[in-house]
Amino acid sequence: MNYLHDLSTFLPGIIVGVAGLIVVLIDCYKDDYKGIVGLTIASLTAALAISIMDLFGPTGESFYGMISYGGVAAFGNTVILFGTLFCVLISYEYLEAIDHNFGEVYAMILFATTGMLGLASANNLVMIFLGLETMSICLYVLAGIIKERKTGAEAALKYFLLGAFSTGFLLYGMALLYGATGSLDIQEIAQAASSDLLFVAGGGLLLVGFFFKVSAVPFHMWTPDVYEGTPTTLTAYMSTASKSAAFIAFITIVSRLLPEGTADWSQVLQVIAIATMILGNIIALVQDNIKRMLAYSSIAHAGYLLVGLAAATPEGYSAVLYYLLAYTIMNIGAFGVVAYYERQHGLDLLDINNYAGLGFKRPMMAVMLSIFLFSLAGIPGFVGFVGKYYVFAAAIHADLIGLAIVGVLASAASVYYYLRPMVFMYMREAHKDIPLVKSGWMFKGSLIVLTILTIYFGIAPADLSHLLSSYYSGDWIAQTLIP
Amino acid sequence: MISIDWYLALSAVLFCIGIIGVLIRKNAIVIFMCVELMLNAVNLSLLSFSSYHGNVDGQILVFFSLAVAAAEAVVGLAIIIAIFRNNLSVDVSRINLLRW
Repeated sequence: MNYLHDLSTFLPGIIVGVAGLIVVLIDCYKDDYKGIVGLTIASLTAALAISIMDLFGPTGESFYGMISYGGVAAFGNTVILFGTLFCVLISYEYLEAIDHNFGEVYAMILFATTGMLGLASANNLVMIFLGLETMSICLYVLAGIIKERKTGAEAALKYFLLGAFSTGFLLYGMALLYGATGSLDIQEIAQAASSDLLFVAGGGLLLVGFFFKVSAVPFHMWTPDVYEGTPTTLTAYMSTASKSAAFIAFITIVSRLLPEGTADWSQVLQVIAIATMILGNIIALVQDNIKRMLAYSSIAHAGYLLVGLAAATPEGYSAVLYYLLAYTIMNIGAFGVVAYYERQHGLDLLDINNYAGLGFKRPMMAVMLSIFLFSLAGIPGFVGFVGKYYVFAAAIHADLIGLAIVGVLASAASVYYYLRPMVFMYMREAHKDIPLVKSGWMFKGSLIVLTILTIYFGIAPADLSHLLSSYYSGDWIAQTLIP
Repeated sequence: MISIDWYLALSAVLFCIGIIGVLIRKNAIVIFMCVELMLNAVNLSLLSFSSYHGNVDGQILVFFSLAVAAAEAVVGLAIIIAIFRNNLSVDVSRINLLRW
């Protein structure tokens, strides 16, 4: 084993982790937020560039089979780092405005990202556990950043207690899988798989742990409360980067760890997907708080992603990967614009009624919010439509026609609540004069980039989707898929 | 020589006591203790499987899970202190600002 080669395969994670340590050190000695933010952005950009190059590089395993690199892992790293970078770019101005711009926030974001990168590259249950926990513990801290406000502390407590509870199930599932097969390596477990009670119970508990983390119904209770209490740009981080990381590990588990024939895993995923899509969309219809509406919308999107997993075909898995990128782009954008409106102090600009008449002041922001919401609703021409198309097409090719129909109907119902903010912004008279401040160049620039990407990947999805399906054709992941 | 079944049964019983505690108790600290009980029940399972299979993988996972539980305790107790300062209580039935 060549240590330098192994280190180079996990370079993005190492860069981000070391940057996090340096941020902690700088924060001890100096109150220098500009330097900390600059270092955070620089390290994330470098890591993102490396993982984009890895997309086209070789695939394999390193660290004695603990992590895999290239292919799906590289794509996961790219999505996570992309999401993190844009969240940091929009966070600086927002946290400054709400007076909570601490150096620790950036350190925690960097450490959480390190955990996510480990989770996305994991090839061993130990690595999955460590990645998931590194990520979760940092996110508990981020949820409670506004600790003097009651809702902030309450969000952190709920997230922490339910997250730790779900960790117990996840770990018990791992213990039972280890007991059934005598190994923690994913390939070895899949080879020793059997349909005895120990293995099936272990797999089931592992799935329960993951359903908690990706907020699938009936394990979604924490999501709206946590998303509401957390500062908005950090909510964007939680709902995109951490969900992407958890879903990439979920793909690893469903595609490689739990072979068909041991139990009908796809059936479980179908039931959960249907419940998640229906419940998420229906409760979102009655929300007046825009952050809670986006939280239920993120539950519904977890349902669409589970449709791709339930298809259990290479096409389904690559559709999920595409959807994760689409979801990251449009959701950060939507939360970013909401964060911009929310900065007006003394006014509850999370209540949708207060959006009345905002569309004609600062028209740029309103147009961008409309584009992101259209994309989340799945209107053709935007990236969200392409993602949904791939996922539902994969379900139909896997003969899950009922599931696809439920998905399309749920998605049609979702158009109502995505269009509501636009109706208020453009078609209602303003009750009172709300002065909107000018946003900084970094904030506005990153939202513009996200808008352009939303439209670009909506019009020209072919290159990326070919790249993603090539990961599942003929390479080592396809070989380890059990037919 | 006690057979592995007894260790696994003990671990399952402890795990269930932990779950029941999380579901019925109202004090945030007691809930957190029940979560720790669940994690330690799992550690017991891992150790007995490890000795049954005769390899150390399970014991290594136990090390990591202990370290993670310690880190979780640090963050969790800090959050509970923040809650106590705001509400002067750690009763979870009175922490109900966010719902629906």
